[in-house]
Order: sequence, then C-alpha cells, then structure tokens
Amino acid sequence: MSTTATAPVPGGPQGKPEKAKEPAQGMSAKPVTWKLPVTLAVLAVVAFIFFGLLGPQSTAKFGVSSGGDFFQLPAIEVPAFLSGIVLSLVLLGLAGYALVLKVKQNRRPPRWLPVVFTVVFVVAFLIWVVGGARTPSISLAGLIAGSVTLAVPIVFGSLSGVLCERAGVVNIAIEGQLLGGAFTAAIVASVTDNPYLGLLAAAVAGALVSMVLAVFSIKYVVNQIIVGVVLNVLVSGLTGFLFSTVMQANKEMFNSPGRLPIIEIPVLSSIPVLGPILFKQSVVGYLMYVAVIVVWIGLFKTKWGLRVRSVGEHPQAADTLGIKVNATRFWNVTLGGAVAGIGGSFFTLVAIDSFTKEISGGRGFIALAAMILGRWNPIGAFFAALLFGFADNLQSIVTIIGTPVPSQFMAMLPYLVTVFAVAGLVGRSRGPAASGIPYVKG
Amino acid sequence: MSENNEPKRPADPDPDKIRATQTPAGETEPLEDDAEFVTSLDTAGGAMRPSAVPVSAQSGTLPGEERPDSVLRQIFTGNGIVTILAVLLALILGGLLIASTDKVVAATSTYFFARPADFFAAVWSAATSSYVALFQGAVFNPRANAVSGQFAPLMETLTIATPLITAGLGVALAFRAGLFNIGAQGQIIMSGILAAWVGFALHLPVGLHLLLVLVAGVIGGAVWGGLVGVLKARTGAHEVIVTIMFNYIALYFLRYLLDTDLFQRPGETTPISPILDPSALYPQIFGSQYRLHLGFLLAIAATLFVSWLLNRSTIGFEFRAVGANPKAALTAGINVPRATILVMTMAGGLAGLAGVAQVAGTEKVLTDGVAATYGFDAITVALLGRSTPWGTFAAGILFGAFRAGAVQMQIQTGTPIDIVLVVQSLIVLFIAAPPLVRAIFGLNPRKKKAAPAGKSPKAATTGGAA
Repeated sequence: MSTTATAPVPGGPQGKPEKAKEPAQGMSAKPVTWKLPVTLAVLAVVAFIFFGLLGPQSTAKFGVSSGGDFFQLPAIEVPAFLSGIVLSLVLLGLAGYALVLKVKQNRRPPRWLPVVFTVVFVVAFLIWVVGGARTPSISLAGLIAGSVTLAVPIVFGSLSGVLCERAGVVNIAIEGQLLGGAFTAAIVASVTDNPYLGLLAAAVAGALVSMVLAVFSIKYVVNQIIVGVVLNVLVSGLTGFLFSTVMQANKEMFNSPGRLPIIEIPVLSSIPVLGPILFKQSVVGYLMYVAVIVVWIGLFKTKWGLRVRSVGEHPQAADTLGIKVNATRFWNVTLGGAVAGIGGSFFTLVAIDSFTKEISGGRGFIALAAMILGRWNPIGAFFAALLFGFADNLQSIVTIIGTPVPSQFMAMLPYLVTVFAVAGLVGRSRGPAASGIPYVKG
Repeated sequence: MSENNEPKRPADPDPDKIRATQTPAGETEPLEDDAEFVTSLDTAGGAMRPSAVPVSAQSGTLPGEERPDSVLRQIFTGNGIVTILAVLLALILGGLLIASTDKVVAATSTYFFARPADFFAAVWSAATSSYVALFQGAVFNPRANAVSGQFAPLMETLTIATPLITAGLGVALAFRAGLFNIGAQGQIIMSGILAAWVGFALHLPVGLHLLLVLVAGVIGGAVWGGLVGVLKARTGAHEVIVTIMFNYIALYFLRYLLDTDLFQRPGETTPISPILDPSALYPQIFGSQYRLHLGFLLAIAATLFVSWLLNRSTIGFEFRAVGANPKAALTAGINVPRATILVMTMAGGLAGLAGVAQVAGTEKVLTDGVAATYGFDAITVALLGRSTPWGTFAAGILFGAFRAGAVQMQIQTGTPIDIVLVVQSLIVLFIAAPPLVRAIFGLNPRKKKAAPAGKSPKAATTGGAA
C-alpha cells in the first residue's frame, strides 16, 4: 500500500500546489522536512515533563532471570525519578541534534537516530509505568518473552503483507488469512489428531484465501483494497458459520486440536532473557525466525527477489525484460497467504487449543501496520511487530500491577504510532511504487 | 521523475475501479464489455479524443453514469442484470453452505446412490426453510396475529437499515472522490460518544435537546472523518491505513470513557452509559410498537442531500472530478486538498448520523458495541450500491433485511447469523467482477454474438490506444 510517497498515485491530494518538490520525493532525501526533528522535539519535551519532572519517586525493579536459568542475574533496580530525568535529557539531546542538523546543514538526521530515540523513549516509558505502579516490580524476562510470543502471528502477517506488496498487490486480507489459517489448523489437527498436519493445512488455507485475492485482483482487475476488505468479511462469516454449526456440535471431534509442543533446546534455553525468546519456542515460533530471514534473503539477495521487487516497483519495465508480471504477482500473493496461514495456526495450536469466533481479533490489521512501520522490509516488519507485541503484553501486565496509565491507552498505542508513521512524522515510509495498481498489459 | 509518471497513470482512476471495475477488464477483453462503454466513450469523444489515453477514456464513464437515463440504461445493459445475478449466485452458494451443514442432508447423503431424490429434497428444504425464515423475519410474517405484527419485520428491517444507509452514504461519497473510507466504524463510535453524552449529561427542553444530540453526533463523526482528510491532504498518508487505525483508536477511547465516572452508569460495573433522556431520543414514527424512528426519515433526507450534492452542486462536481483524476482536477483549478478534507468531513458527518441513529434511536444507551459492525457493513453497502446515493439506499435496505431476517432465521432454523456475512461478501465480490458472473451464467458468448454492441467498443478502444 502506498503511504506517503506513493502519494503521486492519489497525486492531487498530496501534490499541494505550494510544494513543487513532489517529483523529487520519488527518489530520496532531497527535501529535508521539519517533520522528524519537530516530532522528536515534541516527544522529548513530553518525556521530560511526564517521565522526568512528574515522574514517580519510587524505585522500579526489573527481574532479569527466571527460576530455571543457567545462571542468575540480580534484578535491576532503577530509581524512577532520576532515570526519568536522565533518559529524557538524552531524548532532548537527540532531538536537539536533529534540529541542529536541519538548521545548520539542512541535513536529514542519520538513520540510527529515530531508532535510538524510540528505544530510549520506550525504556523511559517502561520505567515510568513500572515506577508509578502499585507494585513497582516487573519481570523483564517475562515481559520480553511474552512480547515475542504475542508478536508471532503479527510477524507472519506482516511478512505476508511484505511479500504481496513487494510484488505490487495490496493485501488488506491478512486478517482473513490469519483467521482462515487458525480455523483450518484447528479443524484439521482435531480430525487427524496431528497438530503438524494442522500447521500444514493452515498454510494451505491461507494460500487459498490469498488465491481468491489474487484471482479477483489480477485476473478480474477488481480493486485490491475492495477484495481485501470483502475477503475479511467472507472469511469471518465462513469460519463463524462453520464454528457455530460444525465445531459447536461436536467439539471433541472438530475443535480439540491439541497443542504443538514447546521445543526446548538444552543449555541454550537457560540463557537469561535471550534463552526463552530464541530457544524455547514452538515450531511456529522457530518458523517465524526462519521465515523472517528467508524472506529477507529471498527478497534482497536473490534473483527471484529482484524480479519480485521490480514487478512491484515498475511492472512495465519488468514486463519489458521478460518477467511475467501477473504470474509473479499471483504466486507471491499465494505464498504470502501461506505464510499468514501459518501465523494463524499460532492462535489455535500454540496460544490456546481451540478455535473461537474472530480469534485473530484484528491482529491482521496490526500486521499491516507493522509492515508499514517496518518500511516493507521483513526485518523492519519483524521489529515493528515486536514493538506491537510489547505494547500488547505491557497492556495486560499494566492492568495487573496497576499503573496510572489506563490500559486502553496502552492498547491504543500501536495504532497511534502507526498513524504517526504513515503521516510521515516518524521518518518517511514509502511503499513499493506500483503497489495497489493492477497491471494490464498493452 | 518522469519515468515514474508512466506507471502511475493507470493508478489514477482508483475511484473508477470501484464503480467501473469491469472497464479495465474490458480493455483486455474488449468484446465482453457492454454498450455502456460505448456511450461513455462517445460522451468522452469529440473534443477529448486527441488527448485521450485509454485511462481517461475510463474516467469518461463518470459523466455518463450521472445522466438521468443512466438508471434505466444500466438495468438493460448488463449492470442491473449482473447485480441481480450476483445476488442470486450468492444466495445459491449460501444455501449450499447451509445445506452442507444440515443434519438431514448429512443423513440422506449416506444413502445417496440408493435414493438420490431424498438427498436433493433435503438440500432444497434445508436451504429454502432458512431463506423462508429469513424472509419472514425481514419483510412479512404471515403467521403473526394482527396486521401490525405481520409488518413488524419490515419495520425492524428499516430500523436496522437506517445506520447502514447513512454510514453507507458516507463511504459512497468518499468513494466518489477516490477515497477509501474504511473508517465509518470509528466515525460512528465518535459520533455515538458525543451524541450520547449530550443525551444523558445535559438536560434540555424537548426539541432543542434532540437537535443538540444530532448536531453533536454529526460533529463527532465529521471531525473524526475530517482528521483523516487533513492527514491525507497534508501528509499524503494513505487513508485506508489511517482509517483502519482510527477505528481502533476510537474503539479503545470509547472503552476508556465507559470506564470513567463521566460515562459509566452510576452503580454499574459493566461498561454501559446512563440511558439517554427521553427528550434526547428520536420519536418513533409508527408508534411505540415498532422500533422504527425518525432516523429513517433523516436517512432518506441524507440520501436526497447526497444525491443533490453529487449531481447538482459545484462541490459535488469537484468531488467527482478529484475522484476521476486528481491531477486533471488540480490542473483544472480545483483545490484538491480542500476537496479531500471536505469530502472526508462530510463522509464522517454522514457516518455520524448513523451513530446518532444508534444511540438516540435504536439502542438508547452507549455501550462499546454501539457501532456493532455497521461501519464495516457500510463498505459493502456502498459497494453494492455502486456508490450512487439511491443505490446505497437500496443496498442498505437489502442488507438491513438480511440482518433483521437472520435473527429470526437463527431462532427458527438454527442457521447461524454468520451466513449473512458470507452472502453479503459474496454479493459484493461477484458484483465487483462482472465477467466472472457472466461466465458462470454463460452470458459471455451471447454478448459476443450481439454484434453492434460488441464491435464498436473494440473499435473504440483500439482507436483510443492507437
């Protein structure tokens, strides 16, 4: 999906008359806007006031090790007020640096700056939240491990989005693919008593949903966003209907998939913090890491990836060079669906061992957001998804330890961040140029 | 860069694809397209021909559709037939789905080869009994005692159709300006929040109170929609993403409010607001035995307004021009950012009417389910209505009937309500791809034989492309 810079597509609205620089934006950093430095400055001031000056006076305690760890690390205790002041001063410094760069040299801040800013901001926020809680103590290891777990379906979904959009097809149907995968995984795993077959079936189901998207948007040139939106409704209705009729009637037979086992790699899994994240996962969890790396290598280091990206950026040129544009798109969309389907199986084979209506609960849309925040890059999408998983997990933890921030605002955070990202306030996110545009030869 | 312009041009008619999804298909298979394409080319012809790339020939369908005779022509030249066939096809598939999970069907299928008739009878009765129950729950119930009871389903249909129509109009209006307003859900929620607060927190005289509720609701939706327009116009943020995110933001905001003393009903632990004052409620049109309220008349008025706006007003013309081709509109001196903001504000305001209909008409309280799924259904309503005001109106009533009837259907036959979602989305999918529907019903070959309709578009397209 085009966000900021495909703006030439809806060219008019963006092509504000006073900004004649539009054509140049297509390439890279020619015009340096005030948006990023100003946004950073505002955020830094907010951080200084809330996390610093108005920060809690308590000590926030972060547990690092869990019981079964290889070796025990002491819990980190942080004076909330002092660290709030220090961290927000760092934020102010970073924002100031960005402003100085803009004013003095008219340069864009280096790429690490927004990333570092985000990390420091999140840490300051975390200390502020925990410090202000009724019980200012939290297990950092648990928080991070939980974030990764919650991020799994989002990562798969955003990879699906990346695969589709890099080939030039907007995939709004991620939600439907996740849901279809979850449902099929549950029913196949129940019937066959084999969760691995369920996993396989989930991939097939996701691919089928995707094929509908592909056929309608490529063969019948129906607007991709429309097909995506409608597919979500269709899958939601279909799974809801079959859940009520088939699954409810005979839960033993059709809705008791059993879980995929958590595979612990000996020794490595007892490394504090990192162990549970990397070496104590279900098959789906390990597949996630593999998928991110494979998709990244595939897209950016192989001939196939170059072709896919050329189809997504400039289909005419790709066609001229003999690449079959629509076939490439079709198979990429199908592949994306399969990936999202595997992600969907997480809900019914890993998280809980049964299917309920709307079990994906809007994660497909978060995945879409993660893809954009990660700038259509598998690795970026992975970290964006982690951030959303983190927000999701923090939300539930916050309600337990009791903090001044209402949990609803925590839940709102990923969506707000995405709006900011899409509006170009947090760096520029630019999608593949031909994404969303059907290719009709001739 | 100039090279960038080339591939992007086909993208411009985003709005066209919504309505005239068959036109691009028509380019690949020119023979399949029907007479409408010819007329549109003819209207676009003459002066426009020299500069007309194939794409601008597509946007030429726009003025053609607006002509007064277009409704009749649409019905007779395929669009109407495709719509009917699409609905039929979706109902058939839905019926098969119902039958496939039916117990009697499953039982008869075990001895299918011995007595196939039993099997088909079971399939037929499973599907039809559900649909009959749907009809009785949506339109007319002959088994009710009094006449008033017999028409109660119809009234229920209209009640449910009210928010669908107004929110659908909002989506359709944005479609016409080339914007995907997926955000009706959030706009309904924001409108509901404001309208409900005015309704239960302020205590004002009759008349004034309702008026204020209405205004507050419309403003709530309009601001939430307008914000998307501002983001789109000022930063180029894609409205689909922004509206999806805004839906969630609105929902969590509502959940937060329902947790505060300001909104939560005193003494309640569940997230529910106080009941709105009687003076803040829409009067019921046909007395208290039906839920149908003034909101429905406002929905009719809104349809008239949008119809006037799009077809008769300067602003509406600008909207359509921006939707057809933003660059051309810009060149023609239309303030595109302004039009974007304005159309999203209006779309939000229309969705806001739906929010008011919910809190001041149907529900009378604010809960976190205030928007139900109306915001998402509105998209399908607008698509089914082909983004025309009266088309949206009719589609709203059809989907309202589905929703109202589905409740009865679930009670009587046990068929889950979700079947409605399936049928609804299938309808829209089929309508969006007319060649598919024609192919399924074997209409394509006949089109080819109809020489005059078939030949000229081919000539026209090749002429345009050459």
